[in-house]
Amino acid sequence: MAQKRLGKETVFLANPPAIVATAAIVGPMEGKGPLAEYFDVVEEDTLLGEKTWEKAEIKMLQEATDLALKKAELKTGDIDFFLAGDLLNQIIAANFVARKISRPYLGLYGACSTMAEALGLGAMLIDGGFARQVLIGTSSHHDTAERQFRYPTEFGVQRPPTSTWTVTGAGAVVLAEGGHGPLVTHVTIGKVVDMDQKDPNDMGSAMAPAAAETIWQHLQDTGRRPSDYDLIVTGDLGRVGKPITDVLLKKAGYDLTPVYNDCGIMIYDTNQDAHSGGSGTACSAVVFGGYILRQILSGRYRRVLLVGTGALYSPTSAQQGESIPGIAHAVAVEAADVVD
Amino acid sequence: MDYAMAFLVGGVICALAQVVMDVGKILPAYVMVLFVCLGAVASGFGLYGWLIQVGNAGATIPLPNFGHALVAGILEDAAQKGWLGLLSGGLRATAMPLTMAIMAGYLFALLFSAHGKGNG
Repeated sequence: MAQKRLGKETVFLANPPAIVATAAIVGPMEGKGPLAEYFDVVEEDTLLGEKTWEKAEIKMLQEATDLALKKAELKTGDIDFFLAGDLLNQIIAANFVARKISRPYLGLYGACSTMAEALGLGAMLIDGGFARQVLIGTSSHHDTAERQFRYPTEFGVQRPPTSTWTVTGAGAVVLAEGGHGPLVTHVTIGKVVDMDQKDPNDMGSAMAPAAAETIWQHLQDTGRRPSDYDLIVTGDLGRVGKPITDVLLKKAGYDLTPVYNDCGIMIYDTNQDAHSGGSGTACSAVVFGGYILRQILSGRYRRVLLVGTGALYSPTSAQQGESIPGIAHAVAVEAADVVD
Repeated sequence: MDYAMAFLVGGVICALAQVVMDVGKILPAYVMVLFVCLGAVASGFGLYGWLIQVGNAGATIPLPNFGHALVAGILEDAAQKGWLGLLSGGLRATAMPLTMAIMAGYLFALLFSAHGKGNG
């Protein structure tokens, strides 16, 4: 019997697993942003001494998972599942790190929503009794994403104001049963929502309806109000997408404004030329693992809803005239003493 | 006066491209193809040759000149060789800039390594 289901699309974790450690590694540009002091490592160069950006991204994800394991005082052998994903074709960053970790591995692709997707899945694996410790890792790199999804970086193409800047970074999380740390209490897995938005330079508008849908569903299923959260944070809607989500939810009767923010807006200053904001699989991963988790641990936030947002964009389908489907997954994270 | 006209003609062509890109929400690659085609069509009507007379480098440096060079070469070869000239003229007339672009590409790839943009 599915006793842990709540409403239509939410699950609650009867034995909520704890986030026992996180690691957030970023590139130089993110290291000049407003959240710089919260990241564990700021790399000096986007190549990290490697020959290609792809190798650099893999190295960064490797470093993030190593660091999270070290903070959790665990060895790779203690990990029951490794859940990871990135933006590259065949999710190579995740695959190559999994090759080294050599533990049961599930590769995930949720575009920029992958951290929330993995947190939700990992929490369910532990709550279901299928795992004791789960390691999660996601990464993205501005230059690998740029040349895969858009243009070669040397091309020097103009970026319109609606475009976002893919975050160079990697985030890792260790979830454990009965550990010390903030707890993952609810997971709302999102549906694919596609409002026929076709502009690849405006992912925020493509994802905003999916984010609104998932947040609405989460609030419906749990019976909570936005004010029950100290922070509701979307992944990478940016300055274009965030107001759309805000308006859609106001129309549906929920006023998010007092508690609502977006990782893509938080990670860069407006003078950093990132236009609409940050994006990428690493965006919500490093803002959550670096900044938000520290705020929960310090007691500033008691209850946070992380809403990972993904634009399921493919250059191939876009060239064939397809629109950009969006998805969003919501994960409720609460300070241990909030949960009875 | 030459400088002013070059600036004016080149500037108008680039401004047109920018408007097409921003208003039409067309991706840069399409804008490039569109302007090569526009140059070719303008050349066919004799307009681009006139534009070069007026604007000099302002008309020869922007991309439509590539379309113009293709058409001018085709017309030239067609006049000499007949129908076969339609096939040979375009590449003959543009061999120099094309070879130059490929060679420069190789040369710079050898001399420098690609830099990312995420170094802030």
